[in-house]
Amino acid sequence: MAKARVLIRPKEGILDPQGKAVERALPALGFEGVGHVRVGRMVELEAEDPAQLPALCEKLLANPLIEDFEIESIDGA
Amino acid sequence: MVWGVVQFPGSCDERDALHACGLSGEARLVWHESRDLDGIDAVVVPGGFSYGDYLRAGAIARFSPAMEAVAEFAAAGGPVLGICNGFQVLCETDLLPGALLVNESLRFVCRQVELDVAALSPQEGGKLDNIAEQTLSIPAKHGEGRYWAPDETLDQLEANGQIAFRYAPGHNPNGSARDIAGVRNAAGNVLGLMPHPEHAVDAMTGSTDGLAVFEAVAGARA
Repeated sequence: MAKARVLIRPKEGILDPQGKAVERALPALGFEGVGHVRVGRMVELEAEDPAQLPALCEKLLANPLIEDFEIESIDGA
Repeated sequence: MVWGVVQFPGSCDERDALHACGLSGEARLVWHESRDLDGIDAVVVPGGFSYGDYLRAGAIARFSPAMEAVAEFAAAGGPVLGICNGFQVLCETDLLPGALLVNESLRFVCRQVELDVAALSPQEGGKLDNIAEQTLSIPAKHGEGRYWAPDETLDQLEANGQIAFRYAPGHNPNGSARDIAGVRNAAGNVLGLMPHPEHAVDAMTGSTDGLAVFEAVAGARA
């Protein structure tokens, strides 16, 4: 089994109100100088056939119209 | 006229949709595990939170047996109306262009909105033209209703007359691109919108403007 991590984020240029809300909250907590916050999703999974991961991401885990995704293997698999 | 209203685990507006459809014919529920659309003249994909809306709104509903049947039904020219979560499902299914994103305000909105029905230019195969240019008062209630598509797609939708509904000036509740509240497919038989016409069919609840939407869909066989 290959362990993988899929990172999904809103595409560049699409307004990300969650990221904006986090960004606006930071100065109130004393964290200055933090910008360009983007909030996405992370999915960890184990697959017998890692070759099917890109198709699986495009069909279900991400919506390619609005989201980019990256697949990372874990444990050097 | 026989309406089919798809019911997913997590749907919550299917009963109001059944009631609204029942005002202009017969209506029955279609369970998400069923592919049976025999005898059905028009399909409604109702609002709610299909399969919990996990991952993305509508993402998992897309793979249900009922939606496979609805996609075939639409491809054969059958009229399909997606409301709120149903609109999200139709976009995820690629029966309609674009996507619905989290509201710009990050807040769930629940209020009456004014909708401008676009002057839909008659087009070949497009049969939603029997809804007149007018303003409808219909409730909207959603957390993920911000319509988005790439600019070139939006230009194309405008050129094709596929933008069926826009929020009236000052009524855009979610930051939708170009105030878009609802779109239809190029053939004209599939329509989706975020506001809820099924909640506006009885004067007791303040508006009967939703009836016009059901009437338009009933006549939308492509």
